Amino acid sequence: MAKGPWAVTGPWVPSQTPAALRRRYFMSFVVLGVLLLPIVGLVAYLGDRPWRLIEDVFALSNKAAALAGFQIPAWHLDVLATVLPFVFVIVLMQVAPIFLVWWEMKIAAHIQIRMGPMWVGRFHGALQTIADGIKLLLKEDIVPRGADRKLHFWAPVIVVAPAYVCFAPIPFGKTGFAPIHLDVGLLFVLGVSGLSVIGLLMAGWGSNSKYSVLGGLRAAAQMVSYEIPRVIALVPVVMWAGTLSLGGIMDAQAGLWHGVLPRWFIFYPVVGQIAFIIYLISSIAETNRTPFDLAEAESELTSGFHTEYSGMKWAMFFMAEYAYMFLACALGAVLFLGGGAPIHPSLSFIPSYAWFFLKVFALVFVFIWVRWTYPRMRVDRLMEFCWKFLLPWALVNVALAGFVFLMRS
Amino acid sequence: MPQGTVNLTADKLAGGPSFETKMERLSEHEMLLNMGPQHPSTHGVLRVVLRLDGEVVTQAVPDLGYLHRGVEKLAENRTYPQFIILTDRDDYLCAMLNNWSYCMAVEKLMKVEIPERADTLRIIAGELNRIASHLLFIGTFGIDIGAFTPFLYAFGREREMILDLFEQLCGARITYNYVRIGGVSNDVPEGWIEKAKKFVQHMKGCLKEYDNLLSYNPIFMDRTKGIGVLSKEKAISYGITGPNLRASGVPLDLRKQAPYGLYSKFQFDVAVRQNGDCWDRYMVRRDEIEQSCRILEQALETFPAAGEILGKVPRANLRPPAGEAYSQLEGARGWLGVYLVSDGGLTPYRLHVRAPSFINLAALQEILVGWKVADVVAILGSIDIVLGEVDR
Repeated sequence: MAKGPWAVTGPWVPSQTPAALRRRYFMSFVVLGVLLLPIVGLVAYLGDRPWRLIEDVFALSNKAAALAGFQIPAWHLDVLATVLPFVFVIVLMQVAPIFLVWWEMKIAAHIQIRMGPMWVGRFHGALQTIADGIKLLLKEDIVPRGADRKLHFWAPVIVVAPAYVCFAPIPFGKTGFAPIHLDVGLLFVLGVSGLSVIGLLMAGWGSNSKYSVLGGLRAAAQMVSYEIPRVIALVPVVMWAGTLSLGGIMDAQAGLWHGVLPRWFIFYPVVGQIAFIIYLISSIAETNRTPFDLAEAESELTSGFHTEYSGMKWAMFFMAEYAYMFLACALGAVLFLGGGAPIHPSLSFIPSYAWFFLKVFALVFVFIWVRWTYPRMRVDRLMEFCWKFLLPWALVNVALAGFVFLMRS
Repeated sequence: MPQGTVNLTADKLAGGPSFETKMERLSEHEMLLNMGPQHPSTHGVLRVVLRLDGEVVTQAVPDLGYLHRGVEKLAENRTYPQFIILTDRDDYLCAMLNNWSYCMAVEKLMKVEIPERADTLRIIAGELNRIASHLLFIGTFGIDIGAFTPFLYAFGREREMILDLFEQLCGARITYNYVRIGGVSNDVPEGWIEKAKKFVQHMKGCLKEYDNLLSYNPIFMDRTKGIGVLSKEKAISYGITGPNLRASGVPLDLRKQAPYGLYSKFQFDVAVRQNGDCWDRYMVRRDEIEQSCRILEQALETFPAAGEILGKVPRANLRPPAGEAYSQLEGARGWLGVYLVSDGGLTPYRLHVRAPSFINLAALQEILVGWKVADVVAILGSIDIVLGEVDR
């Protein structure tokens, strides 16, 4: 019998995971739980303090100024109160993609029986995204020959800017936590997020590449089309809440049915579920993610509208994609899952923003899960799906909601 | 030439105008898209020039030769055993079958008796390699359609197990050089047969997983059913063989119709589908994995406990008698034929490989027309070409 020097481990069969490994998995869950406890405790203890802290600082500085015998001009405070929320949004938008990308890498890896990043940052590649970001910053910025330099330069900016602005009226937990209070918050978010299409078209056209043109045109057609069922799916929500303000919609979902089920819009029988599913599907399409990622369809168009981008410009498209995913999930959490409301009042010791981010990341998980499970649709079937399936059902749903609304009143 | 018609091939052969100039000669709603040779889904260095009307293909011209190494000419300067390692490089996804096909031709010339143990080993290795090749197809076809995860399952888990088995068997994972003239190079190591049996059981379970994840996925079926239909008559007239032919409803399998080796001993069915679309081409390969598992089960069960692995072949100065021989077997992509002419010397006088990928690729320019860019990728993927074999 031939015995070679090649020592080979036997085939790995999932059902035969060694007992030691299983023990290690179990232990890692225990360790994670123990680590999470103080974090939950700290968050519960802090509660709304970080937000109140800002007001306290204002009040304190006013007092200090009064003691010193002069008064801080009111406009100073106004400027601060305007600037601070936006600093918060911008910082959030820098941090969120860093976490989301890592999270997506890890979830995708585990769906695909891989480990994912394990090295950078020691703990399961926690700093991998930061390393990637540094790499992208240091990369050469290439503008292809024959490109329209102005369009090519401004496209990523125009894609990213609306993504940031959209976060302005989002209540991060409570009505008061919205950086800006808008009575037409929902309309504002949906409207501004539609602006990014222009950037995609610019990127597609300005790159002087046929793949980019195809990608850009696909993206434009897709995003404009899916905007419609998405908005119509939200009409029942607005009808039930009676307001377009995101905070108002969130507050309209307070309370419990029969003391058990929270009055979130997703739990409104039939109407709520149809609306949520249509919203979820068209949001995935809006963010150009996998069953609908025709705009960048790697196997067909190499990379679609950002084929000819490199370095930080490419990263800006990437950031916009993750920002929009985060936005779609945040909107989903506010509109359908009660925003920062706990699942049961007895759990309200966990502050609202923790609930909010928990729901957002649960939705993000669904996005990632779908992405790594489904193949890509074809461009004409995508349009058919939008116009012949989603849109009629969204309209039927509006009618249903109206009927139920009438019956109730 | 009338406005809007471009003979791409003629232009290219004449070293003709650049794409930009050609675009001007297209009608104003058409454009030329150059796909490859560097493109994520042309499976190597194939180049296809597409004339598009919007996203619809009106003309497709494949351009080959980016991987040409002159293997057939090289054969004329290699001794007979030396050439086996070059057959590995033809279709690098099922190198075992390539080895086998070439060795079969030499054995035909020399009229060698092959020991039963060696013949069974050839079938075991060949069928394992066929499964490995089809697994890679399932994975990459999934990627072409946009599903990334099945790739990691088929390619990263099951195919890896087969490569591990091969590594134990012959020390190599891609280019095996395992089948030799008159037999095989290595005997099975201890416990290998049990490991292979275990793998076959595992593989059967995994097929259900692929079905759930990919084969019957509504989006996947939507993308592949009725796409790129290749009719029975067209397939025969192009000389297409292998799974692509069987997907068009022709139950032609050399293992059944013209059994070589010990195939006549084993029970198995020929996987056939009727419609000739992308989904059928996919499903034929998926069914073939099932059938290969059946053959493997029987072969591993009836594996002779002892015996020679190499027939009576001279170790050095191998000189087949002058003459010619043509051998063919059912490769993972179709009929894999080797035509060999010997002048009685140390090296072949002439060698020709009937590469199934090359012949299957010929149908491409006809079945691509009328489909969208996304379908081009699906059709190209479903034909399952290996550029190493196309260009040789």
